Amino acid sequence: MNHEQLLETESHWLTRIGKAFLTERVVMHGKDLHHELDHLEWLHLYLYCILGKDPGENVAKMLNSYWVGTSYPDPSIWPNHVAALAGSVRTTPSLGLMAGLSISEASIYGRRPEVRALDFFYRAGKWCDEGGMLADFVDHEKSLGRILYGYGRPLATTDERIAFTLDKAKEYGFSEGRYLKMAFSVYEHLNTTYGYSMNVAAVHAALAADMGFSCEEYQLILTPCFVAGMAPCFRDTKSRREGSFFPIRCESIVYHGREKRDWEG
Amino acid sequence: MPSDYVYHSDFWFEEPEESNPFAAKASYCHGYDVYGQVIAKAGWFEYLLLMFKGERPRPDEAVLLEKLALVLANQGPKEASIRAAMNGGVAATNHSSALMSALAVGSGLYGGSQELEICIRLWEECGQDVDRWKSRLQAPEEDERADIWPAIEHPPGFDPNGDQIPTTLLQSLELLVQFAPKDGALHWLQKQRGALEEFFGCPISITSVAAAAFVDLGLDRDQGSMLYLMLRLPGAAVHALEQRKMGWKKFPFYSSAIELEDDPGPFKQRDEEGGR
Repeated sequence: MNHEQLLETESHWLTRIGKAFLTERVVMHGKDLHHELDHLEWLHLYLYCILGKDPGENVAKMLNSYWVGTSYPDPSIWPNHVAALAGSVRTTPSLGLMAGLSISEASIYGRRPEVRALDFFYRAGKWCDEGGMLADFVDHEKSLGRILYGYGRPLATTDERIAFTLDKAKEYGFSEGRYLKMAFSVYEHLNTTYGYSMNVAAVHAALAADMGFSCEEYQLILTPCFVAGMAPCFRDTKSRREGSFFPIRCESIVYHGREKRDWEG
Repeated sequence: MPSDYVYHSDFWFEEPEESNPFAAKASYCHGYDVYGQVIAKAGWFEYLLLMFKGERPRPDEAVLLEKLALVLANQGPKEASIRAAMNGGVAATNHSSALMSALAVGSGLYGGSQELEICIRLWEECGQDVDRWKSRLQAPEEDERADIWPAIEHPPGFDPNGDQIPTTLLQSLELLVQFAPKDGALHWLQKQRGALEEFFGCPISITSVAAAAFVDLGLDRDQGSMLYLMLRLPGAAVHALEQRKMGWKKFPFYSSAIELEDDPGPFKQRDEEGGR
């Protein structure tokens, strides 16, 4: 009986992640939160929570640069726009910022390109391990009609975050990794053959591959990464006239549909 | 005169008041005057189908969607999205937060809208070819790449924790079939259910029934997903409100059920034992 599989966990959940012994102590992955993890910066702790182990200071600093380098206080960026609208209509910070974060799991920016780019580098690495040429792998992906996440950019041809990220990679000892080199080889091939540019998703994902994260780990790590840019967007619109954030007039909804018609017609 | 920034729409048109360009004098949905005609003459489900599909539905289509909405309206507190909303409601959270939690948890691959999307995609691929269904249900992924959505862990549209179709779901299927096209997806599902359940060793779930209904209504995976998410919110709302009134003392708090397999014990005690 399939349902019998549920009986075991109906009133019992055995786990190794940790537990809050309320009024007493909190264990996180085998360590006491308030005595053994209290020295960590919050983002470093977040990595420990996801990975179940401390990835070390340099990994934490490298990833911190991802968060810092994508904290844009600009409401033209769509997730920030949502946070700004939330402030403009006077809803709460949690609703505004979480809504902005949830739409960061998008297909043309944010989580899907990041996950797909990391997966691309792992599959490219396997292809090369099996004796294939990197350029052939890239061409094969192209021939399948697949988007090569991390290459090309919807709104710009250059990415101001790349130089910043490469500087940090050098500072924290990640500038010579296999996948980072691969990212640039892919760029050279795509640029020469198709005129593609490279955006920071490729650099970030390649470095993530060099740091050894799984796609799920990487997705969790980056989930809150736009939030710092959203808070000022929320506060800016919250402090202005209600409803005044880029209001839309009727004529700014440009219609391309059916002519007027009668419901009874 | 539009501003420098415009939005484009193929189905929504607004005429401004002469005195205020930001206020609408009239709004048109696919050409129909919403406040002048549609609201007065259409039902809620006619209007929904008009918005999603672009044409006035036939009366039987609006009835089928209404019956599906009734089926989906409240799956009860056991259902994960409703339970999520209840967790919000019990703590007197924002109503929107409770519904956001219902939408998030109700989006999953186990009983949620993402599973429904896969079902509708498979309908597009397999039609009424049962052998093709058996094959694709075992390997429903579009390709081998990793994605923000994990791979589904069971045949989509089936409940791996079920033994046989629950009576309530069977009643729902049998009822919906009465309002569905004779050669359509719901009828096919009703006929093939037994063979498919035997093949996979588990019963169909609400997602396969809802997916077949959306297919019969001519809705694609994106439209079906949106409607599935929306139509399950009433139960989430009411259960959240009920728990808000019921109060947290009557609500489960699972702390004592959670056992830490590798508990290192209190920190100070370990410190003393370890002689540090």
